[in-house]
Amino acid sequence: MSELPDIATPPQRSALYIALRTAAILLAFTLVFTTLMASAYYLTAPRVAASAQAEKLRLLAVVLAPSFYDNDLLNDAITLPPASALGTSENTHLYRARKNGHPTALVFEAIAPDGYSGKIGLLLAVSNEGQLLALRVTQHKETPGLGDYIDPKKDRNKARPWISQFSRIGFDRVPQAQWRVKKDGGHFDQMAGATISARAVTNASGRALAWANANRDKLFALPANSLYQE
Amino acid sequence: MSALHDIAKNGFWKQNPLLVQLLGLCPLLAISTSLVNAVSLGLATILVMLLANFAVAGLRALIPYEIRIPVFVLIIAALVTVVDLSFNAFLHDLYLVLGIFIPLIVTNCIVLARVEAFAAKNGLAAATLDGVMMGVGFLWVIALIGGLRELLGQGTLFSGIEMIFPSLSGIQVLPADYPGFLIMMLPPGAFFTLGLLIAGRNWIAARANQRLLNQGHLTDKPAHSTPTIAA
Repeated sequence: MSELPDIATPPQRSALYIALRTAAILLAFTLVFTTLMASAYYLTAPRVAASAQAEKLRLLAVVLAPSFYDNDLLNDAITLPPASALGTSENTHLYRARKNGHPTALVFEAIAPDGYSGKIGLLLAVSNEGQLLALRVTQHKETPGLGDYIDPKKDRNKARPWISQFSRIGFDRVPQAQWRVKKDGGHFDQMAGATISARAVTNASGRALAWANANRDKLFALPANSLYQE
Repeated sequence: MSALHDIAKNGFWKQNPLLVQLLGLCPLLAISTSLVNAVSLGLATILVMLLANFAVAGLRALIPYEIRIPVFVLIIAALVTVVDLSFNAFLHDLYLVLGIFIPLIVTNCIVLARVEAFAAKNGLAAATLDGVMMGVGFLWVIALIGGLRELLGQGTLFSGIEMIFPSLSGIQVLPADYPGFLIMMLPPGAFFTLGLLIAGRNWIAARANQRLLNQGHLTDKPAHSTPTIAA
């Protein structure tokens, strides 16, 4: 700093000036790009919400045929607190299907906590007569090509995927004590070498079906959008 | 023109991001379990690299050297977010397939590496081409690895294509009773396949070099470029 600057060089700036200038530039970039992200978010938000709604209905339609209900299914929902019978650790939604004002089916989520690689998310529809109408795996991390046949999209048997065993079946046909995979002495098939995924889904669906049958009347009696308490 | 030709060749082969620079191993391990997944991630990566290199080359005069890295990260993260939101809103069917891959691109250090090593020092056209060609270099290698892992791991090809084109379906290449080869589906399978591909690339490069050497065109250049950055 004691040397005199050459005449040709620009004047020396203090460290504080350079630091402030750099910080100001970084702030300017942050503001510009945050604005860019925020505008993208607000421009796309309505369309994203609409597709999420459509997506939800499409998912519900996989387990519950539209002929089962004539009410506004997505708005006839109640919130379920975490329940051990369902394996859930967060609030979930339960949808109530009604036709001509009469209860027909419950659609709700359950979690099989004991998959081969963590939790397996399930979506179930249970009829008013206590039948499991359909069961689908909504998310899982089971080994690709091995345990992932629990998801019919990954099941190589396209004509009769493994999960279709759980369509239109109830404790009247398979008693709760028999609601296990064959390897555990129960009713349901599993693939050799990949029993853990099938066992987790089978046991969780049995627990969830029993829970729905025990709580059905209370669940249908609650006003829409309320919180269910055991 | 020859400069642009060199850029294209670097991305595709000479400085291939996966085979030579060894960048982007995290998405490689996670996504290359099937051909369709790998190609989907590769296409999304090309788009993001094109945008990131274009934006940085255009803004490079405004970015002080000392804070270039935070600014690059900011630009890349913002672009990925905008691409993610736009896909979700306007190309929803494609988003259902690619959606989980797009945020993963942020973890791909090849994007930051090309922005830092190339786009920050070059013009718009060259930088954009570099982004696209590095993305293409990433695409063909991850597609090859995805295809090999899927074929050896579960005996199929193109499984999952019905998520993109509902009228098509995957092909069972090996016999239907093929028992599967689990390690190919697990992360080590990606490492084994990548290692063999790197060895294959080095072999081809060494042979080409030897040919030039025999013809007296080349004297002491190394047979292959060594990785400069590992990630």
